Amino acid sequence: MNFNTSSAPHLRSNDNVRKVMIDVLIALLPATIMAVVNFGWNALLLCVIGVAGAELVELFIMKVLRKKKDFVPDGSAAVTGLLLALNVSGTLPWYLLLIGILVAIGLAKHIYGGLGGNPFNPALVGRVFLFISFPTQMTTWMKAGSWKISDALVTSATPLGILKDKGMETALAQNGYMDMFLGNIGGSMGEISVLALLIGFAFLVIRGRIKIAIPVSYIGTVLLISSIFYFVNPNQYGSPLFHILSGGLMLGALFMATDMVTSPSTIKGCLIFGFGCGVITMLIRYFGAMPEGVSFSILIMNAVKPLIERKTRLKPFGYVPVKKGAK
Amino acid sequence: MALFTFPGGVHPAEKKDLSKNSPIERLPLPKQVTLYLSQSIGAEPELTVEVGQKLKTGQLIARNKGIISVPLHSPVTGTVKEIKKVMHPIHQKPMESITIETDSKTEEFDFLPPIDDYLNASSQQLYSRILEAGIVGLGGATFPSHAKYIESLKKPIETVILNGAECEPYLTIDYRMMLEKTSEIIEGLKILMKISGAKNGIIGVEDNKPEAIEELKKFESDKIKVISLKTKYPQGAEKQLIYAATGKKVAVGAFPFSVGVIMQNVSTAYAVYEAVKLGKPLIERGVTITGEGVKSPKNVISKIGVPIQELIDYSGGFTGEVEKVISGGPMMGLALKDTSSTVMKGTSGILTMVKSSGKPVPERACINCGFCVFRCPMNLEPNYLVKLIKNKQFDKAVESGLMSCMECGSCAYTCPSKIDHVKNFKTAKRVYSALKGRK
Repeated sequence: MNFNTSSAPHLRSNDNVRKVMIDVLIALLPATIMAVVNFGWNALLLCVIGVAGAELVELFIMKVLRKKKDFVPDGSAAVTGLLLALNVSGTLPWYLLLIGILVAIGLAKHIYGGLGGNPFNPALVGRVFLFISFPTQMTTWMKAGSWKISDALVTSATPLGILKDKGMETALAQNGYMDMFLGNIGGSMGEISVLALLIGFAFLVIRGRIKIAIPVSYIGTVLLISSIFYFVNPNQYGSPLFHILSGGLMLGALFMATDMVTSPSTIKGCLIFGFGCGVITMLIRYFGAMPEGVSFSILIMNAVKPLIERKTRLKPFGYVPVKKGAK
Repeated sequence: MALFTFPGGVHPAEKKDLSKNSPIERLPLPKQVTLYLSQSIGAEPELTVEVGQKLKTGQLIARNKGIISVPLHSPVTGTVKEIKKVMHPIHQKPMESITIETDSKTEEFDFLPPIDDYLNASSQQLYSRILEAGIVGLGGATFPSHAKYIESLKKPIETVILNGAECEPYLTIDYRMMLEKTSEIIEGLKILMKISGAKNGIIGVEDNKPEAIEELKKFESDKIKVISLKTKYPQGAEKQLIYAATGKKVAVGAFPFSVGVIMQNVSTAYAVYEAVKLGKPLIERGVTITGEGVKSPKNVISKIGVPIQELIDYSGGFTGEVEKVISGGPMMGLALKDTSSTVMKGTSGILTMVKSSGKPVPERACINCGFCVFRCPMNLEPNYLVKLIKNKQFDKAVESGLMSCMECGSCAYTCPSKIDHVKNFKTAKRVYSALKGRK
């Protein structure tokens, strides 16, 4: 009688990649619901197309183009698709989102070998592609909830856009902090409700699915930098609270920068990664041509990730540094 | 009460209920025993007997060669039937073994002279006894026990820690020993403190064994303390337990005595007590026979050299479709090819696992989730090490701490991509040593 002699450990947790991805999808549910509530049927269509389209595109690439017959969907494409949908305006035509998905899944993910091989966050690559190719459609912001009252499109500038053009006092006169916290403002579908994003984040923290150090350091850095600039000129630069509640910061810090594949895996690495994201975000918000810089900051830090990892390698338990001169 | 612990680690299902309430039974005398001469870390001892020779229980059959080596004794009264090379289950190559046929009528003993007044004996005398009795670490690592005390004979240490963590799931033999042989274990600890000159004795037990903690606490004194450890794997790993108990970190590549500590398993302390008080060499040990693949899981005292099939038969035989028979625990144990190999000094458990429902999950690409980094008790980056090893960058892997890996399996256990880190590390360590030897 011969038994299986595979190597230890003989016990494995019943965790797997699909469970991780499903948890992330669940965590995005509150933000998705807020998107549909605020932007209506087109928002629902975009979310469905995001999830289903991404999974179908991945299935096609894996089965037909890469000929991986035993491929079983793991939900990572659905996460990318939903994140991309939540990162566009609720008014975007669905076929443009589909183009974004093709870029995200095909170009940003599978050209590099699929899940685990991609250096850049696929959803962000898709978003930036759309942003550069279709700037008008990508920045036509619907006023939150206006679809319920009017058939005609009611547009509304984002708080960050108003800050850039007219200063913080004007921005706050249009939308108070509570509006920004709950999501009663213009912006990308998934970014507007900080509350919904925080609920999803709390779920991931409880499930132990998220590199907490990244949002802590990212948001902390934004708070720090905006506090300094706030003292220089409150109206021009905006308050710290204004900065963390506005734009894509929460969506980016909680769900995009924390993408496992494209961020470092040590706590120290994550702290540096988040710090870099924070600095670049604020530089773009203050001095860039665009009002918002979360996407670019994360993509730039994705590129820096290998360097961060190289410089923050862990030392084994009980490591004794070699004394200089001693041989 | 604050529990003592270490950073990292995992929480596999404990499964100790299968056997924890079975009192230790003595396995009936086997018809014959087969002993591999190599039973421990270090040099294989040298045979001192020949085929046809009559042996008494406890008689020396192989003499230690060098310092890191232990002698071997006959577990039974009988006749040497065969001396030949057989496949060694751990070294995976043919190695010397001796088969002894048991005399079923009489049992005669050839033990060492007892040291009754052991608390007034000299350190040197007690040290020699541990060596002569062939005692090795019974937790599974089988490091020759006497070798831990060589340095302490010159310079006394601070603390002897007894490891009663038994952090491997399923295994319960240390737990039963602590319950049933409490005073003997305490005496063993006193002997070890005497040899090493240690002022303190600490017994660390995971808090999932409150009954054992309670029993041991009855023997607490100024010098001997029992501590509750957080139930977390690998709490019983040497460096982790020393850190949990004393807050001291044993440096990479160093031994515990560098921080004034010697650690020993509770079952080893029991063997030490028997060797000193009764003069009994290490010819038997406690084994947990457990898992979903045997009818009635048990804790037994088995002679060294008993075929594993006999232990399984004693537990009612196999049940269900058995997929694996593991020597040791599920996290670090060795999966055996068949049940013809025999109980060794390091066999703490025989674990049977039945076929799991569903297909085995294939290994997927690393998603850099960092779970393995977070759980590694040695503060390594298992994900990075695997990448280096897959690229055949063995030197770089060693520079990055590969040799600090104790193969506890926390990384592979936790990995959502089902990457077999430990297998990669084991292979890489072997390849690296082979390459280094050639240079």
